Amino acid sequence: MIARFAREKRGIEVVGHGALRNTGRVATADVVLTTSGLKGVTLYEPTELVMSARSGTPIYEIESILAARGQMLSFEPVDLGPATGAPGGALSIGGVFATNFSGSRRISAGSARDNLLGVRAVNGRGELFKSGGRVMKNVAGLDVARGLTGSWGTLAVMTEVTFKVAPLPQTMQTLAFVGLPDDLAIEALNIAMATPLEISGAVHLPKNCVDRLKVPKLKGVGQSLTLLRLETFATSIDERREKLKVALKVYGKPIELDAEDTFSLWSEFRTLSMMPFSTETSLWRISTLPTKAPEIVAAIQKFMDVVAFYDWSGALIWLEVPAAADAGAADVRRAVAVRGGHATLIRAEPEIRNTVEVFEPLKPEIERLTRGIKSAFDPSGLLNRGRMYANF
Amino acid sequence: MPHIELPEPDVGVLRRLPILIEGLKSRVGQDLLIVDEDGRRAYETDAFTAYRRVPMLVVLPRTTEEVSKILKYCHENDVKVIPRGAGTSLCGGSLPTEDAIVLCISKMNRVIEIDYANRLARLEAGITNLQITAEVAAGGFFYAPDPSSQLACTLAGNLAMNSGGAHCLKYGVTTHNVLGVKMVLIDGTVVEIGGSALERNGYDLLSLVIGSEGQLGVITEATVKLVPSPEGARPMMIGFRSPEAAGSCVSAIIAAGIIPVAIEYMDHAAIEVCEAFAGAGYPLDAEALLIVEVEGSEAEIGILLGRIAEIAARFDPKTVQISSDADQSARIWAGRKAAFGAIGRISDYLCMDGTIPLAQLPHALTRISQICAEYGLKVANIFHAGDGNLHPLILYDANSPEEAERAELAGEAILKLCVELGGCLTGEHGVGIEKRELMTTQFTPTDLAVQMRIKTVFDPTWRLNPAKVFPLAITNVMRAGDAASTPEAA
Repeated sequence: MIARFAREKRGIEVVGHGALRNTGRVATADVVLTTSGLKGVTLYEPTELVMSARSGTPIYEIESILAARGQMLSFEPVDLGPATGAPGGALSIGGVFATNFSGSRRISAGSARDNLLGVRAVNGRGELFKSGGRVMKNVAGLDVARGLTGSWGTLAVMTEVTFKVAPLPQTMQTLAFVGLPDDLAIEALNIAMATPLEISGAVHLPKNCVDRLKVPKLKGVGQSLTLLRLETFATSIDERREKLKVALKVYGKPIELDAEDTFSLWSEFRTLSMMPFSTETSLWRISTLPTKAPEIVAAIQKFMDVVAFYDWSGALIWLEVPAAADAGAADVRRAVAVRGGHATLIRAEPEIRNTVEVFEPLKPEIERLTRGIKSAFDPSGLLNRGRMYANF
Repeated sequence: MPHIELPEPDVGVLRRLPILIEGLKSRVGQDLLIVDEDGRRAYETDAFTAYRRVPMLVVLPRTTEEVSKILKYCHENDVKVIPRGAGTSLCGGSLPTEDAIVLCISKMNRVIEIDYANRLARLEAGITNLQITAEVAAGGFFYAPDPSSQLACTLAGNLAMNSGGAHCLKYGVTTHNVLGVKMVLIDGTVVEIGGSALERNGYDLLSLVIGSEGQLGVITEATVKLVPSPEGARPMMIGFRSPEAAGSCVSAIIAAGIIPVAIEYMDHAAIEVCEAFAGAGYPLDAEALLIVEVEGSEAEIGILLGRIAEIAARFDPKTVQISSDADQSARIWAGRKAAFGAIGRISDYLCMDGTIPLAQLPHALTRISQICAEYGLKVANIFHAGDGNLHPLILYDANSPEEAERAELAGEAILKLCVELGGCLTGEHGVGIEKRELMTTQFTPTDLAVQMRIKTVFDPTWRLNPAKVFPLAITNVMRAGDAASTPEAA
């Protein structure tokens, strides 16, 4: 089909089930190509920790098949649907890899990109190609499969993806430290991450974010919460929890959550339930160094009211700002630029997403390579044109 | 002589050599150049020693700026460049051609910054793999990828080959442990790809660069993740009566939700040689040996190894032995890590590096024995069982050109088998010159065209690391043709 559109030079908007349609720039296209018909798991070898699925397979289907065999997607994909006013539960496995948006466990299990093993895809020339495979290690030729992650369907339409899966943890617990200011909280999270205790989630929620939590045990705390998740064997978890408490003694006595509350709490982060859809606010996603994260939030806070949610021990900030003509882009980008990292506008009205830069602007020499790559895959610029950058 | 074709040198370039030497001298100074033949001969090969070509010139830059000047000069003067780290490639990844300049970055080995708070280190790419861990061990961290050549191999080489190691089952390979690189393109442009943050901005160019075998640019610096050192680690050895039993045991361990830090498999031939070398107490009467290592606190290690022993018992093992102390653990790993060296003492060998799905292990081993028998050769097998990476070592006599050729042909047949069984040509060593022509067995012409167009974006005139990775006939066309004519799929 793409080959025909390529001959006819018709612009193509690539979508799955629409979970991501309110995120990113709006593609200019003559036709919409949906992967929603490409469904189903094509290979699953639990003892080799590998699965292949057609790209339009919803992740909830994949996760329920995995759960039946005691396994999971370790990188906890984040479903932006609910936070962006798009349908919830519509995220497809292709969308996960096209955006590479991973959840809290990324900090221990790696990102979606890290867990991708192979793809089949069709580029803008209409050519079907493959890269990678079904084995964990594969260094034959260029790593095109991982190179496609985060390209938002602008280089190729993935038709099938093969990825690593992991055993579900036997049990889990959370320690929640109460009332720490952002800078101390990030310090505590990173001290925990430097221990060999294999922390699988390191989140800090300032007070205004805690007020939006749903988990009953933490809902009414009324102070900031600094959260550390432990996931391991039942025989190990108590020992690890006690060691973690000792390592973080100076940060106070934490609230302890059992497996059930831990599961509910961290599930909230997978749909960003603390950042619900609203036209009154915009949402940013900032990737930076953990130690710089509190400074970035504080710098932006000087100019506007914000609600921040720190994940990955501070390496990721979800930041809600009041709606504005530029969604706060000028202040956000300046605060990030001087401290290192990059910011992506996740939620704003479509007109705003098409007038400000949604993705961090590229340095000239990187833009030259980026345009070269785009042109190598899609010389006529047909696939998701304008989805990431205004001109290509 | 072995049968991999190497390109004829471009006599025009060789004729210009005196001018080129003067040109480079005036840009980076005489001290960085190795001009004399004895000096250059040291760079004639890597760890794929069957092939040797003395390069026309060797340059040893000390800074990114010098690398940039050298590449720019080569670009402007139509000279091919062979990037090189420590020269430990097992696939001829840094084999020179006679009309090329070897650009060796081994002098660029400084630590630029260690940032414990953010768990990362910025390093010049010529630093050795093991040195990175040595620099950060006191802080309670290590650098995870651990190829067997880690004492000698450079970070630059690891980045070029996306190196793995015995412990990558838990910690991933190079591409999982690098945040960003500083790279010089063939025209001298210095680019920062990735950075210090966990996520990349825009296209994931870093994924394309890592494992690109020096085809896209010369990496001079990298920012790597630091991983907290485990409290403790201990291996156990399980000897089995058959490869099937060992393979099934690996499946059962993983099915039980246990991901050990390493699961290494050795066949009988490998067990004998490594035991003679290391005296680690490997079970000489076993047909197959698993070395399984777990990490954690003393209590956790005890519990996990106990559970693994219970699982192993279901497969009628000949021996189950948990390492008793640090000394035995060290010897168990010394034997495994020295396996290639130990086998090298008794025979010349070709080390293959295919991958297979674990379930295919017994079948693959049977077929490998048959293939080697057909060519009248012996084979020993070492296997990273947790991740499907198989290293058959084909034993042969390098003094016999005829036997060497048979060994290469057997190796090709084995790699084709790996691809047939759902695996791939190379798990961690790379393609280099060795597996260049086999790429067409794993990839369609379109698959290769997609990769080659990316190469053309970074290196439009195909001057970097020539005659490698892609089939020679195609790369010759690419270099002869104009840069704009990207390869069209068949």
